[in-house]
Amino acid sequence: MKMEKIAGVMETANASHGGDELMLMVTVFVLAIFVGYYVVWNVTPALHSPLMSVTNAISSVIIVGALIASGPLEIHLSKIMGFFAVILASINIFGGFFVSQRMLQMYKKKS
Amino acid sequence: MSENLTALAYLIAAICFISALRGLSSPETARKGNLIGIAGMVIAIATTLASPNVLSYSWIAAGILIGGAIGTVIALKIQMTALPQLVAAFHSLVGLAAVFVASAALFAPEAYGIGTVGNIKTVSLVEMSIGTAIGAITFTGSIIAFAKLQGILSGTPLVFTGQHFLNAIIGLSTIALVVWFSTSEAYWAYWMIVALALVLGFLIILPIGGADMPVVVSMLNSYSGWAACGIGFTLGNTLLIITGALVGSSGAILSYIMCKGMNRSFISVILGGFGGGEEVNAAQTTGDRTVRRGSAEDAAFIMKNAGKVIIVPGYGMAVAQAQHSVREMADSLKAAGVDVAYAIHPVAGRMPGHMNVLLAEANVPYDEVFELEEINHEFTTADVAYVIGANDVTNPAAKNDAASPIFGMPILDVEKAQTVLFVKRSMGAGYAGVDNELFFRDNTMMLFGDAKKMTEEIIQSLD
Repeated sequence: MKMEKIAGVMETANASHGGDELMLMVTVFVLAIFVGYYVVWNVTPALHSPLMSVTNAISSVIIVGALIASGPLEIHLSKIMGFFAVILASINIFGGFFVSQRMLQMYKKKS
Repeated sequence: MSENLTALAYLIAAICFISALRGLSSPETARKGNLIGIAGMVIAIATTLASPNVLSYSWIAAGILIGGAIGTVIALKIQMTALPQLVAAFHSLVGLAAVFVASAALFAPEAYGIGTVGNIKTVSLVEMSIGTAIGAITFTGSIIAFAKLQGILSGTPLVFTGQHFLNAIIGLSTIALVVWFSTSEAYWAYWMIVALALVLGFLIILPIGGADMPVVVSMLNSYSGWAACGIGFTLGNTLLIITGALVGSSGAILSYIMCKGMNRSFISVILGGFGGGEEVNAAQTTGDRTVRRGSAEDAAFIMKNAGKVIIVPGYGMAVAQAQHSVREMADSLKAAGVDVAYAIHPVAGRMPGHMNVLLAEANVPYDEVFELEEINHEFTTADVAYVIGANDVTNPAAKNDAASPIFGMPILDVEKAQTVLFVKRSMGAGYAGVDNELFFRDNTMMLFGDAKKMTEEIIQSLD
């Protein structure tokens, strides 16, 4: 029952672009902050450096916007901007995840 | 791919990212968490590539190849001591990418379904300008942070009169331009927002001193998240909003922890001007009080006969690249039957958790490394506190001198150990520019010299 209701709300949100859609995004935004809050307080202080590099890597999911910008067939300004954004975000994604993995590989227990 | 399927894939990617952060709650689960994070990113990228908006792949492939190659090489080559500046540099890239994506959306709004050129929805214009502004601030702010950490710029805070007034004027002008742009969609207003935000990023970070860098790096981490969020709102993409919010709150929490570690308010850090960076204020107040100097042999003798040694590393250990020698010394001591543990202050180093990574790099098992609250009560039972490259975080003035700039900061109670061995290059003050009375105590022995060389000499004397 509840799921149907939520689905209904989402549909109306999609149908009437504008206020409802924004509210839906704000809802997602606020809930995600809460999730982040509780998850991050659980991170052990010993891993705060990897936390920074991992969050850095995942914030580069901004590449999603860059891919759409550089996706069209014809070349114009937005495609060029998208291309640069793809490069920048890729540096971060590869760099961030790899350096995190390198760091995490070093944490060992007493043998 | 249908819209619902895309949304579902994005949701899965978001859950992957949350799990990646969740994994960091312990070193055992962290590696798996990181792999799940990578999986999430692959899902997000693949899903976007499959969307009907993406028709041409050559530029994308080239971009990913170029960026991926650069990122991979950097990640594999970087020294762990240089981690803070690397992270700062990465943050700047996220900021710049956000500016590019927002600009792309301005020029080709159809691709994102937010209207047509000259006719973009007002809400989207607001979100776009805020996203680009945060991105631009993150970009230049991180460049300054990088330059300070790398030593290109001095760690000394750059302060001038009317600084905060100027920042306020620029900030208010930016807000006014956001309003103007959102109602007019004028390109000049957009570029003015970008330009002012770039300047603001420089101005915000310049006055912040070297001692506050752990807060700055965390803060910029947070900004990069909010920038991603802003873009998420612009493009109506929930994955970006969720991820941005996760990163934003993560950075905010780290900033809070770092501020608490220094007993400073976030506002006072932002206003800047704290901490010299250079050891300038040294000696002046020192006067002619005498300290007890010791040699490597003295230190080796004391530690060999100790039951328990607590090692307190600080930024100086990182600068001297002494972490491997420290571990070797600990090994020798352990072989001689001495109990060895490490105590880490929350703001030791230049970024959160910096010391832990360096010790892990030197093969120190993480269950020998303890945080301040875990180990502070153990100094009373320790025979030796071996302080290497740390200063302010051990200064008792934080507890008993209300006039001290570091008063109220939680410190490691090394003074309670039977003997305190202080490895230092000179009698200089720490980053906060305050004298440490611990140097003059009877139970303190100063070991003057380079942290790495001194530790190596101690190892030789131990064998």
